[in-house]
Amino acid sequence: MRYVIYFIIGFCLWLLLTLSVNLDHLVAGIIVVLLGTIIFGGYFTDKPIKFLQLHRLFWLIIYIPVFIWCMVKANIDVAYRVLHPERPIKPGIIKIKTTLKTNIAKVFLANSITLTPGTMTCEIDGDYLYIHWIWVQTSYVDKASRIIARSFEKYLRRIFE
Amino acid sequence: MISPIGWIIIWIGVFFDILGAVGLVRFPDVYNRLQASTKCVTLGTFGIMIGIFLLKGFSPMGIKALICGGFLLLTSPVAAHALMKGSLHFGTKMWKGSVVDKYGEDKLGGEQIEKPKEEK
Repeated sequence: MRYVIYFIIGFCLWLLLTLSVNLDHLVAGIIVVLLGTIIFGGYFTDKPIKFLQLHRLFWLIIYIPVFIWCMVKANIDVAYRVLHPERPIKPGIIKIKTTLKTNIAKVFLANSITLTPGTMTCEIDGDYLYIHWIWVQTSYVDKASRIIARSFEKYLRRIFE
Repeated sequence: MISPIGWIIIWIGVFFDILGAVGLVRFPDVYNRLQASTKCVTLGTFGIMIGIFLLKGFSPMGIKALICGGFLLLTSPVAAHALMKGSLHFGTKMWKGSVVDKYGEDKLGGEQIEKPKEEK
């Protein structure tokens, strides 16, 4: 079942990339996507039915503008630190605890943390994430989790769990 | 009307790319450099892709640019994460102004922070 869903998604992506219904392109696409499905299909999600649940898509569409706004803030923050003559940095690696359970949600949380102001994921270890912070405000696990991760977790839980 | 907006977004992207390069030179150790270059270069290149999409519309080139932007958002943090984990396991020391290193305390037996050099 999940191999079929993977094949359909991959083939739609191929159609978008080529944007033509020429027979040669279609045959080449089927061969490439089949190879990809055989090799990587086993790593795909266990419950593909989640793609069809509309409330998850709804929260994903709400999450994207929030995420892009955080990225813009992060870049203005880095621009300030780069261009300031005294280079105001106070780096350190701290530890936070996440409440998300599934692997895919943790991956997206780590990616979101990497692209938001001053923080970057070093390592995931079970429920704990090690974060490199360019301006350490606190080294306590609870407080740091609240500052860094809470705003994303409430969206990601609705999307992926 | 769309065309000037596309050009403005492309130029904002180029500006952030340049800032990422400047950060790569100015920051003191590998972790801070990764921070600057990852964030700025991801948003900068994503901005260039969005700008191309706005200029070209739903043509083959525009759609390709949009898909490239999506892949960039997904893969760039993963690459930075791999580089960072690699340098942590390799034992690269943090800059001497760093304040805390929980990872070193938990996994590597002691903080991996560079000692300040003594004055002679």
